[in-house]
Amino acid sequence: MKTYFIEFSYLLASILFILGLRGLSHPETARRGMHLAEFGMVTAVIGTLLQREIISYEWIIAGLLLGSTIGLAMGVWVPMTAMPQRTALSHAFGALAASLVGVSEYYLHGAKLGEFRMSAVGFEVLLGSLTTTGSLVAFAKLQGLVPGTPLTYKGQNIFNLSLLGVTIGCFCILLFHPAAAALFYLMLGLAFIFGILLVLPIGAADMPVVISLLNSYAGLASAATGFAISNNVLIIAGTLDGGSGFILSIVMCKAMNRSITNVLFGAFGSVTETAAATSTGDMREANLGDVGVQLAYARQVVFVPGYGMATAQAQHALRELADALEDRGVTVKYAIHPVAGRMPGHMNVLLAEANVPYSQLYELDHINPEFPTTEAAVVVGANDVVNPDARDNPQSPITGMPILEVDRAKLVVVLKRGRGKGFSGLENPLFYKANCEMLYGDAKDSITRLTQAVRQA
Amino acid sequence: MPSETVIATFYVFILAAFLGYQVISRVPPLLHTPLMSATNAISGISLVGSLVTAGAHQTTVSAVLGFIAVVCSTINVVGGFVITDRMLKMFKRKATPDKKE
Repeated sequence: MKTYFIEFSYLLASILFILGLRGLSHPETARRGMHLAEFGMVTAVIGTLLQREIISYEWIIAGLLLGSTIGLAMGVWVPMTAMPQRTALSHAFGALAASLVGVSEYYLHGAKLGEFRMSAVGFEVLLGSLTTTGSLVAFAKLQGLVPGTPLTYKGQNIFNLSLLGVTIGCFCILLFHPAAAALFYLMLGLAFIFGILLVLPIGAADMPVVISLLNSYAGLASAATGFAISNNVLIIAGTLDGGSGFILSIVMCKAMNRSITNVLFGAFGSVTETAAATSTGDMREANLGDVGVQLAYARQVVFVPGYGMATAQAQHALRELADALEDRGVTVKYAIHPVAGRMPGHMNVLLAEANVPYSQLYELDHINPEFPTTEAAVVVGANDVVNPDARDNPQSPITGMPILEVDRAKLVVVLKRGRGKGFSGLENPLFYKANCEMLYGDAKDSITRLTQAVRQA
Repeated sequence: MPSETVIATFYVFILAAFLGYQVISRVPPLLHTPLMSATNAISGISLVGSLVTAGAHQTTVSAVLGFIAVVCSTINVVGGFVITDRMLKMFKRKATPDKKE
């Protein structure tokens, strides 16, 4: 009877998780959906606590209390700009949990696991461990603890691949000789090291893909846990997470016109200047008053936010500029490139935080046809996503990447910290075009001054 | 493990993958960050496995490993849901009434 109750609680949880994710298909239903998922989680936990294997509750209660405290603190205090870091960190936590459960399973049962469970535990530990350290490196890069530039050395790919080969080799031998404990712990250690080496050579600009991919691995590690302890709700939830991460990685790769292999092993951002260095001429510095007038008398202004907006925390200032423009009857729109920022949807969240209604946020395909009839496009700390070389120069390393075609607007104002290149190290010919004007300095500062200029115009 | 169980488990896995593809492809790019933190919280369901490991108390080592796993997954579940809700609260169709419209 009790078994039925427990299994029913898991079934209910699975259904609620799916309904919860379905709610995310629209902002109106999203919150309600998440409440369903939360209820599902509570149901599954209560069901689990009734299992007869559980004989002592001290460790459980202590763990739940400690975890809830840390989780709640992180949930409440983490600023929206730090969302990519937090996400990377939570992938590490999830993957570590899966990995530890796997280690414990092996420690307790070892050779008695049998082939099927051994392979499940192996996958769990392998994916869990490499995701743990990989996510920690991603976190360190995003937090600025480690330089965001790719760390590369000669023969790196060969070394990494052979390390992965040895790790998988250990796994294969374990399938036939599950009693070889030394091999198991060797595999564990190698997977931890491989995770670090996998993410180190990846540049900060490629983080949206990496985070999505790590999300996928963390989910699959949970699913593997489900296989190891034959628990369906774990398989379902883990697969949903793994699938979601996978779909997001594909979306991100398409938005950069690159393959996943290229992101993982291409060490993008270390490319040396070759064909792109042809752009010459002057970058014209904008006259603040003139720009203010041009914006104020425009019919439509499109803002293009990038990672620079996040680092400068300029989203609130941008909203004020938009308000000033709307007061004068200007139509304001925001153009969001899928890989703007450091994780999927990063810009949308920041603008929502600044109270920008989502009906003003436009995706690439919807806004591009509007640029030729737009009086002014204001680029706030974005670079590669507006680089016309991707469209015009077949030799460019980013050729074929879909871009926001701001250069077709009558006036382009680029807010930039300094004269340096973007994260990818590429020259951007947009900055030399006749219709482009540069506004140097901290983005938040520039926007505030621009708002004053608009109000005085 | 009996082979029927193994096969049934694979059915669950494959069907969940198809369903997940259908459900998640419908999430607009607007909500991709909340999607990631939501799936993260949901996959914190590995808490279920961690709880059994921590509570079964077979050896001290497994209890300690289970304890750490419980802490990690609880952080994800609680933190993930709290932060997802915080984000979703911010998405509004129209500007708030403090201004025009």
